[in-house]
Amino acid sequence: PPLADICGFQTPKPGGLVSSLDHDNEEYCGNFSANSTISLPPFANPGTNLGRVLKDESGNDIPMNFDHGTTTLGFKYQGGVLLAVDSRATGGMYIGSGSVKKIIEINRYLLGTMAGGAADCTYWERVLSKQCRLYELRNRERISVAAASKILSNIAYNYKGMGLSMGVMVAGYDKRGPGLYYVDSDGERTPGNCFSVGSGSIYAYGVLDAGYRHDLTDEEAYDLGRRAIYHATFRDAASGGIVRVYHMKPTGFEVISEQDCKELHYMYAAEKQ
Amino acid sequence: MSGYDRAITMFSPDGHLFQVEYAQEAVKKGSTAVGVRGNNVVVLGVEKKAVAKLQEDRTVRKICQLDDHVLMAFAGLTADARVLIKQARVECQSHKLTVEDPVTLEYITRYVASLKQRYTQSNGRRPFGISCLITGFDNDKTPRLYQTDPSGTYHEWKANAIGRNAKTVREFLEKNYTPENVATEEQTVKLAIKALLEVVQSGGKNLEVAIMREDSKLSMLEVSEIEKVVAVVEKEKEEEAATKKKESKSEAK
Repeated sequence: PPLADICGFQTPKPGGLVSSLDHDNEEYCGNFSANSTISLPPFANPGTNLGRVLKDESGNDIPMNFDHGTTTLGFKYQGGVLLAVDSRATGGMYIGSGSVKKIIEINRYLLGTMAGGAADCTYWERVLSKQCRLYELRNRERISVAAASKILSNIAYNYKGMGLSMGVMVAGYDKRGPGLYYVDSDGERTPGNCFSVGSGSIYAYGVLDAGYRHDLTDEEAYDLGRRAIYHATFRDAASGGIVRVYHMKPTGFEVISEQDCKELHYMYAAEKQ
Repeated sequence: MSGYDRAITMFSPDGHLFQVEYAQEAVKKGSTAVGVRGNNVVVLGVEKKAVAKLQEDRTVRKICQLDDHVLMAFAGLTADARVLIKQARVECQSHKLTVEDPVTLEYITRYVASLKQRYTQSNGRRPFGISCLITGFDNDKTPRLYQTDPSGTYHEWKANAIGRNAKTVREFLEKNYTPENVATEEQTVKLAIKALLEVVQSGGKNLEVAIMREDSKLSMLEVSEIEKVVAVVEKEKEEEAATKKKESKSEAK
């Protein structure tokens, strides 16, 4: 048999002006040209079977855990929407990074948080940015938070059961005022006043629910969000790093603070004295 | 030139799309429709074609509802209109589902216009033989009136007419449309009916008039209501004619 067949080499299509680099891109990186429809793994039930397909040298399964190892929170109040997140990325018991940006800036009036699979969240929220910009250009007005969150949730629903892992909050400001939606990879999309997502959310909810009022001042809101995340980083092993606080105002979002949780620990300890 | 105007819509040597122009001719054969944008209402009026003796009256409706807040009247091939209306209605709901907001008039007009344009650039298809008047209220309570034509272009209008004798009606509107003349619902309806009466044989039985108000309430005028307005308009015309006669007589003296 010819060498070409053994190697699996395909003769290039006749009349192809496409260079080999472009051809490879087409074949293996369909995302560059069609980024809203990515190819699926070539087997059934990717959600459950993905791990099984990957076996290591000894034939053991490589477990792929998609715990939402993180703490993110968001709440609406009189001053707009407040988002606070941690910045730890874990793969099992290994800390991959202590400075991940878990708030994604979709545009000046829309923010998205990240929980679950970092790649899934980042990728699809970037596709969301593209769709939001196209909407603006076509309709000559900014997209509503309801519509933006629906685009993301429809994408997630499209891939339901295929292994996407996202627990995202879409926060923004539009004609109707402040908007906050929880969107996840099961296709759920819920509007609400107060959410926390991730493995540390249970700790954050405790602090958040104790201190939340609609008529918080800006400073009180920043402090509440910051404290809630800090307490989650204290107790949850999968949360830590830098505590980032963002404020979504009628005029767009503003970065309020980015402080290491260790710094906050000693600050709050000192306050107790 | 004649080789270029059959089958597919292709350019002629001097830059015409003859199929589209022929479609516009078909529109000119359709019964007249007029649209007037008032201060807080929008009014659509159409000429009702005379029906055969045995035909049931209400089977031909030329004013259609695309959504709670969007009305459409057309001139031209009724069957073509049916296709467009069906797709526009679906799009109105689709938009509501994905964006959680009702369509703006501009959006749905753009959708209908894009559909029409697609058919001027597709194999084996002919353009739609209708012009539409799409009107209603946006979410922020602004009244709007748009017109589309078989080529797929659309424009916003304060008042316009399409179909047979549209030019005459439009000229009448150009002379008589002022913001004061459309300040109230009553005045806007009167202007629309008066404009139609320029080209339609008198009688409320020959007109169909629809009004849409700010709160998205649609109402089709009863024949009796139309006849009342027609009577007022005719009386005014007679009075005008009478005063003109008097003036010319006194001048002659």
